[in-house]
Amino acid sequence: MNNAYNTALIRVRGLSKEYVQRSPLTRTKFTIHALKNLNLTLRRGATLAIVGESGAGKSTLVRCLALIEKPTAGEIFWNDVDLLGLKKDELFAMRHKIQIIFQDPTSALNPGMTAAEIVEEPLTIQGIGASDERRTRVLELMEQVGLPAKWAGKLPMEFSGGQRQRLAIARALALEPELLILDEALSNLDLANQEMILQLLRELQAAHGLTYVYVAHDLNMVEDVADEVAVMYEGQIVEQKYAPAIFNHAEHPYTQELLAMAPPLKSIIAARREWDCL
Amino acid sequence: METIGAISGDDCMGSVLQVRNLTIEYGVDGAEQFRAVDGVSFDVTRGEVVGLMGESGCGKSSTALGLLGLLSRRSARVSGSVVVGGKELIGVSESDLQEVRGSTISLVFQEPGISLNPVMRVGSQIAEVIHAHRSWGWKRCRAEAEGVLERMGLSPVERIYSAYPHQLSGGQRQRIALAQALCCKPAILVADEPTASLDARSQADFLALLRGLKNELQISILLISHSPELQASLADRIMVMKDGHIIEGGSIEKLYENPAHDYTRAMLRRTTRSRVGSEEADFVLQGQFAE
Repeated sequence: MNNAYNTALIRVRGLSKEYVQRSPLTRTKFTIHALKNLNLTLRRGATLAIVGESGAGKSTLVRCLALIEKPTAGEIFWNDVDLLGLKKDELFAMRHKIQIIFQDPTSALNPGMTAAEIVEEPLTIQGIGASDERRTRVLELMEQVGLPAKWAGKLPMEFSGGQRQRLAIARALALEPELLILDEALSNLDLANQEMILQLLRELQAAHGLTYVYVAHDLNMVEDVADEVAVMYEGQIVEQKYAPAIFNHAEHPYTQELLAMAPPLKSIIAARREWDCL
Repeated sequence: METIGAISGDDCMGSVLQVRNLTIEYGVDGAEQFRAVDGVSFDVTRGEVVGLMGESGCGKSSTALGLLGLLSRRSARVSGSVVVGGKELIGVSESDLQEVRGSTISLVFQEPGISLNPVMRVGSQIAEVIHAHRSWGWKRCRAEAEGVLERMGLSPVERIYSAYPHQLSGGQRQRIALAQALCCKPAILVADEPTASLDARSQADFLALLRGLKNELQISILLISHSPELQASLADRIMVMKDGHIIEGGSIEKLYENPAHDYTRAMLRRTTRSRVGSEEADFVLQGQFAE
């Protein structure tokens, strides 16, 4: 951990997000409270895991953090900058620093663009480097995530699911973001690829002090990566602690329930052993 | 139909599924050839849950599809022998396969949303399977389907029966798919990542249901999953698959304590958490989360 570890990169205060929907049959309006007065602190250079069941509001929260979704109420501060009060050009500059990777790479990649074009696009949009510099950078990024440069001309559909996800990761890393959000982004990768991406992310974090947010529905999946875990339930963070404390001294009943629902392999084996003796 | 030896649905060996030298090659007719499954052999005995564990691309789903003859002959070449309930399934006609599928060997997929008809009431979709395999009238099929729904812990039965798939939760839909698979009391169920699309709570519930069914009906299950936690809580014996081969097998305890391959070790030793509490695991395994 570097010295800056304890300083807050992002502070979220009283964040709420409501979606107004209309019932398809009766046409009456109803409101879904996806986030309810939520508070959260992201520490610079650390990895925070956000864990909760589907419907807890995890994706809404990170979409707000990534400035894709506009919250109904509340504040998001990036150091001392009020992210929700940014003007259009300031927002454009800010997107440089925050990148998000989604769970399903197929819907996140333009099917008509080649791999190289996909990775290059953020650089083009932000006006970084000359054309040939960008080209070199693209190939370098592809190599970093384990995609050979000779595949640069391939279309997304020519890649496997895992390769597509690595392409999405290369695109997200292109702008050298300070905050990278992974919304269940590694869940579909196999062991070797997960390990490779995690290693790359660890190296980037050590070298540049990147901040990561992992979203996952299963506590087992974040144990190896998270410095800190925030447990989300019905639009709120019910417990946020350093990872070992969450796993060993969870206080909130919901966290305890989540832990009990996904017991570690060792305990399952121990329990099986007891029964098979019966 | 070819019958090998004296094997019947319930022979003296108690073997309900015999797979010998199963090989599946994609890319027929000049397309680039790829051998997804390479000479796989195993048995499943009555009442046994056998896990097939491996990562995406290792050939485990191809094995499932190959067992039930669900691979198109235009894209895949399947060879070897698969004997279920005394009947050879490799190389037989489509109508012979249809007779066996659903009645002797059934399959549950990962994503129930795809296997269910979106514009048909789920109860009718179960009754339809029963009607296809039994010479019963519709009325009796419907009554039988209601009974199966109840056994799957879906209630109130009348409401569920007449619901469309989109009106049910993911966990409920997966139970409907399971009801379809089990309504004709097959000798063996092939479950391909049955809980992967469910959240933790539904996973725990579904697992408890499968355990209950296994003990009650003495059904054999071929459990295909990459998840060591799922395998450990259900499978009696696990086979580890890599690049189309079964590289090793045994009880979860043996694989965990003493794996022969580094690959198996890597799969099982990912989480090194020291948080102990076998009472937690007991909780899940005994189905405290079931309704």
